[in-house]
Amino acid sequence: MALLKAGGRWASSVCDTEVIVVKGPEDEVSLTCGGVDMVEAGSDPVSGELDDSGDGTQLGKRYVDDEDTLEVLCTKPGAGSLGANGNALQLKDAKPLPASD
Amino acid sequence: MLLEMAAGGFGDRVAVGSLGDGLTVKQIFDHAGAAAQRFRSANAENVAMIDITSPSLPICLFGASWAGLPFVPLNYRLTNQELDALLERISPSIALMQPETQERISNTSKIHSVTRDDLVASNGPEVEISTDWSMDGEDTAILLFTSGTTGEPKAAVLRQRHLVSYILGSVEFMGAGEEEAALISVPPYHIAGIAATLSNLYAGRRVVQLPEFDAEKWVELVRSESVTSAMVVPTMLSRIVEYLVSEGQDSPGLPTLRALSYGGGKMPQPTIETALELLPDTNFVNAYGLTETSSTVALLGPEEHREAFSSADESVRRRISSVGRPLPTIEVSIRDEEGNELPSDESGEIWVRGEQVSGEYKGLQLTLTEDGWFPTHDGGWLDNEGYLFVTGRIDDVIVKGGQNISPGEIEEVLLQHSAVADAAAIGVPDQQWGEKIVAAIVLHQKQEVGEEELKDSVKEQLRSNRTPDEIVFLDELPYNETGKLLRRVLKEQLVDLGDGSTV
Repeated sequence: MALLKAGGRWASSVCDTEVIVVKGPEDEVSLTCGGVDMVEAGSDPVSGELDDSGDGTQLGKRYVDDEDTLEVLCTKPGAGSLGANGNALQLKDAKPLPASD
Repeated sequence: MLLEMAAGGFGDRVAVGSLGDGLTVKQIFDHAGAAAQRFRSANAENVAMIDITSPSLPICLFGASWAGLPFVPLNYRLTNQELDALLERISPSIALMQPETQERISNTSKIHSVTRDDLVASNGPEVEISTDWSMDGEDTAILLFTSGTTGEPKAAVLRQRHLVSYILGSVEFMGAGEEEAALISVPPYHIAGIAATLSNLYAGRRVVQLPEFDAEKWVELVRSESVTSAMVVPTMLSRIVEYLVSEGQDSPGLPTLRALSYGGGKMPQPTIETALELLPDTNFVNAYGLTETSSTVALLGPEEHREAFSSADESVRRRISSVGRPLPTIEVSIRDEEGNELPSDESGEIWVRGEQVSGEYKGLQLTLTEDGWFPTHDGGWLDNEGYLFVTGRIDDVIVKGGQNISPGEIEEVLLQHSAVADAAAIGVPDQQWGEKIVAAIVLHQKQEVGEEELKDSVKEQLRSNRTPDEIVFLDELPYNETGKLLRRVLKEQLVDLGDGSTV
């Protein structure tokens, strides 16, 4: 369990996935990838076995929880899929703004 | 991080230049890595750029971030003295500049220089690229000098977290199709030039650069490079519209241009209306933002342009002159002089809040309120559906052709003339430039001086855009009882010198 602050970077313990937190809830969250706890980018991975039964993560895509309180952006793709507090995160639909610059 | 993602996702796409011989995202990544190594070993504290836009801009920008150093683009049109003064404030530094610029710098001992070719040399010394990107969101990404009202430029600080928030909040990764290309004609020392470099790269959109704006060249580039989107300041759009009109009936138009964004000053209504007629297939976007807010905070999209343009309802129609609504990640509030929130339709100061808003100047106290609001010093109001109307700078800065000009420095020069007793420079509305500079002069008794002589004295000492467009002679200037010049009163007296366009 950890507090997920916007701008925080997290890495998978069992695959190449890395994410950056776009929006985080006030409560602590257990953020997982491939079924294993993610760790702050740069710190040592925890041990565990990769569950690659999901679709994995895609570079540049956003993932949200059901309540829309947590949003992360994938900065490196991997074979594991993301979860929070035991529930799978969902791929968020893009709502692009018109380019302004 | 942004470049690393782009290189991982679409490294083979051309990032900058022509499809045939441009640099790919991966090449920018490699060059930036080599540049970072060079910046680090120079023991510099800042990476400056005193140069026109070129492929070296993204290399320098990302290389600086990679090395964890602030990127400081300076206006290459500054006078030698002004450049020296700014370089003094950011030394020791390494600066991207051409040899001819180097000759203009007097104190070169603390400034390492590197040229455009140095940064793109593929056959240069092999450097091992370390991938230890600086990850700290608190790192200063950009220092941008803004012209303050007092004359002494302030250095706006944009940290990595501000820029990353802006990009993640407003751009979709690889959101651009492979055929898309953006034309950048704003200089690197303008926040829009930085923002465009970052957002187009992250979107996977090829960038075509026009170093020094010229309407004919701009139109030629759109046609020859099949440009699909572009950002212009109002003065540029006026020139482009004039040029297209001059082509007459046989004008091939700009069929590839899907989107044209404008901002950086008040757009004259006739210009935008003519542009909409000339370019029926182009989507128009009006963007509002400041250096201190990491570029765009509000925008009026293509649908809203069309809706406003075709509506019979005056309250919808007038939105064509608004800057649209705040980005989803931004809050806007209109405040009175005590900081109390004002209801819709009431005019006050525009305050903004959001992760991309910095409001920080180097060496000065943070201008954000305790709860994160940034007072912009821009005046404006919101309509009942949240459309933002910007009425102009609250302070006295003259905005001519998208450039902020501090009246103080012009007045200082004018007052040096022996015949001049008092002087005030103000901006009056002008369709082409947004504002033009009028200098009001009070002469010493029995003294005379010609208009041209006064204009020349300013031209000799300051950049050419500081030269007054008009000189008027008055018996006295309006002051209040505490001796403060009443610029607003003076403006009202001289408004007839303008062309009647509303600012």
